[in-house]
Amino acid sequence: MREYEKTGILSTKELQVPSKKQLEKGVAILECVQEIPCNPCVDSCPVHAISMKDINAPPVNDFEKCIGCTKCVGVCPGLAIFVVKVKDDKAWVTLPYEFITVPKVGDSVQALDRTGTVRSKALVKKIVKHGKTMVVTIEVESSLAMDIRNIRV
Amino acid sequence: MRIRAHPIIDFKKRAELPFYFQKKKLVGEDGDTIASALHATGVRTLTTSLKYESPRGFFCGIGKCSSCLMRVNGVPNVRTCIAPLKEGILVEMQEKLAELPDAEFFGEPKKTIDVDVLIVGAGPAGLCAAIESATQGASVLIVDENQCVGGQLVKQTHKFFGSKQEHAGTRGIDIAKELENDLRRLECEGKIQVMTDATVIGCYENDKKHRFGVVERHEYKSRLYDVRCDAVILACGAMENMLLFPGNDLPGVYGAGAVQTLMNVYGVKPGERVLMVGAGNVGLIVSYQLLQAGIAVDRVVEAAPFIGGYNVHAAKLRRCGVLIQTSHSIKEVCGEKKVEGAVVVRLDENWKPIKDSEEYIKCDTICLAVGLTPSTRLLSQIGVNLEFIPEAGGYVAPHDGAMQTSVKGVYVAGDASGIEEASTAMIEGKIAGLASAILLGRSKNKKLLAQYREELAQLRAGPFGEKPRIAKEKIAKLAEAHHA
Repeated sequence: MREYEKTGILSTKELQVPSKKQLEKGVAILECVQEIPCNPCVDSCPVHAISMKDINAPPVNDFEKCIGCTKCVGVCPGLAIFVVKVKDDKAWVTLPYEFITVPKVGDSVQALDRTGTVRSKALVKKIVKHGKTMVVTIEVESSLAMDIRNIRV
Repeated sequence: MRIRAHPIIDFKKRAELPFYFQKKKLVGEDGDTIASALHATGVRTLTTSLKYESPRGFFCGIGKCSSCLMRVNGVPNVRTCIAPLKEGILVEMQEKLAELPDAEFFGEPKKTIDVDVLIVGAGPAGLCAAIESATQGASVLIVDENQCVGGQLVKQTHKFFGSKQEHAGTRGIDIAKELENDLRRLECEGKIQVMTDATVIGCYENDKKHRFGVVERHEYKSRLYDVRCDAVILACGAMENMLLFPGNDLPGVYGAGAVQTLMNVYGVKPGERVLMVGAGNVGLIVSYQLLQAGIAVDRVVEAAPFIGGYNVHAAKLRRCGVLIQTSHSIKEVCGEKKVEGAVVVRLDENWKPIKDSEEYIKCDTICLAVGLTPSTRLLSQIGVNLEFIPEAGGYVAPHDGAMQTSVKGVYVAGDASGIEEASTAMIEGKIAGLASAILLGRSKNKKLLAQYREELAQLRAGPFGEKPRIAKEKIAKLAEAHHA
């Protein structure tokens, strides 16, 4: 049994991790590792970077093709896609958000990791609404780029 | 206790409806059920148990169990969890075994309805069956116990998985609207009759056609229909399972789906702090939706050593800081007349409680998400062959690839045919609807039937489809053996 099947928490070992160069242009991290029947991310990708063998296979992102457009973030029914971009000492994490307390651009919010632990403050840089899902881009320290996956407003 | 702000649902302030509970004036809102109005004012005890007179609240919230029966305007045994609130009604807790008054059927003779296909249940399976069958040219009557159609879709605020054909990426509440639009269009064209707030009470002997008694409720009075049909599709859904532990009948112990109904349909909070029992998809999804409604979730406990639901659902909870404890279960609920807390305990590899591992949790609500049981009472009464299949959730009717049971013209679809997902229920509904139209000579489209069956097989192909796959294989074998 894998650890995440007990805890619910994925580690970067289970994920496709982009190279430094790919992170610099910004790419989508697909935190969807199980075989579940679902494929809206594939249909949403304008450059056909996301693919899957069949509807049950986990999605795979071709980081070379991915342009980090964030379209898939608001589409994923599992709220499991994040776009990460790193430059120098700063990182921008784009994540889905569906709670009552609404962030605004320029707000300082709490940045949480996959365990729900507050790791730092984050600055809200951009908000796009995809239906009722808010797609929020925050700025954090670059060392936290692959850890921060939630915000608390 | 009302939810006014919500990230997904627009809860608008609705017209106030005064009513009386135990002679005291209370105020509910238009669109409430009696039970949701009572909950909104803080009343969780609706009845008492027959033998020990212990306080009881509702458990299932969808009219399937009997723990919410009250006397309304003098009529006992009203299922207050689905009965609509009306202005000025008198709601009372009833004496143990309430005496039924003489039936009042408006003094009108019963009406006869003749249709090709009767569909029982207007959830995802029933709606898809009705739309498919009517589109193929059959005349259809669809009956549902609730005020509105949509079944359990009306509380599913999350986006659905699957592919485009199964509305992937669309929230359940929006799928319900899309299906209702299709249904109402066919109703306007005279191809479908829709009857809500009505119950199919039983089947009756008849020479040629299937014959059912249907009671339609009007302001707590009823009208009787004599329905004759060539085919019937039973899409009656399922009921949430109970778990055995001391205190499991206290008001505040609910099925997780019941809580989902209360908060997402009626906009009423079940409590302030919840313990979720069960980490399958229902437990995980409802926990997240509790957080979205502004209700705290203390933790999720799961008796199995692993999380049964999708990791993506578990991950959403974890990154909000909600603990999921596998190999843990609830030992007992604490509280005098209501839930005040619970004791959880760690389990060993044989699922036995480990000594001194108890932990007390302060909470006012317990949600049980420990599986579902198919609703098969009507099938049983018709005389359809039923078999116990654990992977299907209990007794189910063996059926062929066209969803037809051991009785000709009697079809099943959705959870009533074996517990699964709404996405597969919709396809099963389409199959049953099309197959019934083919049986009656209204359609010859066997190619479409094969296409639907292929879609179904694809959805079940992954590891999470294993259980229903095994269930449906056993069901197919039993159906074949019965046929031979």
